[in-house]
Amino acid sequence: MLLYAIRRFGLALLILIVAVTVMFLMIRAVPGDPVQIMLGPRATPELQARLTAELALDQPIWKQLLIFYGNLMQGDLGIDVFSGRSVTAIVFEQLPHTLWLILGSIAWSATLGIALGAYAAAHPNTLIDRITAAISVSFVAAPAFVVALLSLLIFAVNLQWFPAIGAGEGFWGRLDHLVLPAFAIGLSWVGYIARLVRASMLEVMGESHIRTARAFGIHERRVVMVYALRIAILPVVTVIGVGMGFLLSSAVFAEIVFARPGLGKLVIDSITTRNYPIVMGSVLISTGLFVVSTALADLINAWLDPRARTAA
Amino acid sequence: MTESLLEIDRLSVDYETARGDLKALRDISFDVRKGEIVGIVGESGCGKSTLISSILRLTAPNTRFRQGAVRFKGEDLLQLPERKMRNLRGADISIVFQDPMQTHNPVLSIGQQMLDIQHRSKASKAEKRARAAQMLGAVGIPDPEARLAQFPHEFSGGMRQRIAIAMALMSEPDLLIADEPTTALDATLEVQIIERLQELQQEFNCAILFISHHLGVIAELCDRVVVMYAGAVVESGEVREIFHDPKHPYTRRLIDCDPGHIKERARVLPTIPGEVPDLANLPGGCIFRDRCDQAMPRCTAEVPPLDQLKNGHHAACWLNHKEAAE
Repeated sequence: MLLYAIRRFGLALLILIVAVTVMFLMIRAVPGDPVQIMLGPRATPELQARLTAELALDQPIWKQLLIFYGNLMQGDLGIDVFSGRSVTAIVFEQLPHTLWLILGSIAWSATLGIALGAYAAAHPNTLIDRITAAISVSFVAAPAFVVALLSLLIFAVNLQWFPAIGAGEGFWGRLDHLVLPAFAIGLSWVGYIARLVRASMLEVMGESHIRTARAFGIHERRVVMVYALRIAILPVVTVIGVGMGFLLSSAVFAEIVFARPGLGKLVIDSITTRNYPIVMGSVLISTGLFVVSTALADLINAWLDPRARTAA
Repeated sequence: MTESLLEIDRLSVDYETARGDLKALRDISFDVRKGEIVGIVGESGCGKSTLISSILRLTAPNTRFRQGAVRFKGEDLLQLPERKMRNLRGADISIVFQDPMQTHNPVLSIGQQMLDIQHRSKASKAEKRARAAQMLGAVGIPDPEARLAQFPHEFSGGMRQRIAIAMALMSEPDLLIADEPTTALDATLEVQIIERLQELQQEFNCAILFISHHLGVIAELCDRVVVMYAGAVVESGEVREIFHDPKHPYTRRLIDCDPGHIKERARVLPTIPGEVPDLANLPGGCIFRDRCDQAMPRCTAEVPPLDQLKNGHHAACWLNHKEAAE
């Protein structure tokens, strides 16, 4: 297991290096002189030359990449052109908001989705199964930004149950502010995970080892919850790991609609102001988040499924 | 004669399907006595699996018990409430399934699974573990204590089947159902498993209901044999009687077709021509008549009853009736 974890994270690191390099080269390939864009048309040539040297843009591309990685190793993602603050500081200031939003959405949608799916699979073709199917499909079909706007209108404006904008202060304040955005992002996942778990459960429940467990008189609840569910959630774990990428993009919507601070809002704001160091920094962190979450999903899979450990 | 442990009494089971009721079992009767090994033999689709799942009441939701009883120690299992039925499963009645590669849960260790099936025992966890290791040793798994921590995929097919037998015998059941336990294994392993099963049967003194389509294994292991065809019993009796003096054409053909029975080099292996009748749309009369080379007009008209011919030897064929001799 430990060996598997080391190998899996080694692979994650490799993926991250490739992704970051490609991203670095792509940004450099975008037409237009970043110095001119940053300083504006009325900058003096001396100023332009100074910034070019500061950003090492006068160096050959491979040297720029080395400098970039050298700075990255020291946690230095560059300097925000407008405020002069460290990009690392700005990004890490926003990161927790997005992280909590994503984790909150996944937590509630996975719990409810797995429960609904398992229940539907344990009672296939009953009325309850059909009702969960209808609900799941309509949840899947609801895009995050529509749900975000509607829930904002219903629960924040009309019913005034939850605050409409911002991230809140203190633990309970933050939690209160998290409810609506997490609901909006997670809703379609509930349906998706429920459908996935149901299909996966039905398949597992038909396997011979379930019949064996029953033939030994093991209680049906234990058969479903341990013997079947533990296998049936394996694909769900993988899907959630990969789904972090989708969640990051839904988080952008939610952060704009609910005027929440976070990575998504930061990226949008810095793209509109062409603040490249911040765009680069946030995208880098998002990529890292994605790579780490897929690696984590694989590790959880390996922990749940002994067969996956040997097949690394 | 020792008392009867399991008694199948005129059991008929249907599957409700979109194209009508599938008559999977019709009027099945036989019994298993204490400490006895009874073999059930028949082609695939003859209702062997339906029979087993009916005994354990682990049937598909579209199963309907139309008539008859499954009496275990005098109690009709079909009438038992589910909770009581569950108390029998894996305690008084155990089962070894066909495919050892699929029979264990792939994500739980063998030790965990062997602990789980002792859920009725009041023993401590350490005692249950020791018991599990002891059983693994009894079926010939080397270094059993260490192997408890391993997962099913770390064992070979033969070992997994031995583990399945260990699990089934752990509760010292009165009846062990073995559903083609050696079909998925190669021939040398088959012999090992059969020998082990024989030894353990002596040791635990349980009755075995042994399902197989391999006549050689049945002849080797069983005291009595029940021959099934298309959901009905066509012949039953002592193994010696059935193999030396089969009284049903189907049994005769089955013995002729057994590869172990073919003495000369044959270009073409013998088969029984024709197909098993459609169970959803059964023709009247004898179910085997379309494939039988001795069929008579009477076979189309009436279903032959399962008659006792000699002591304990039953067959359902009109040829055994006097008028056939004329």
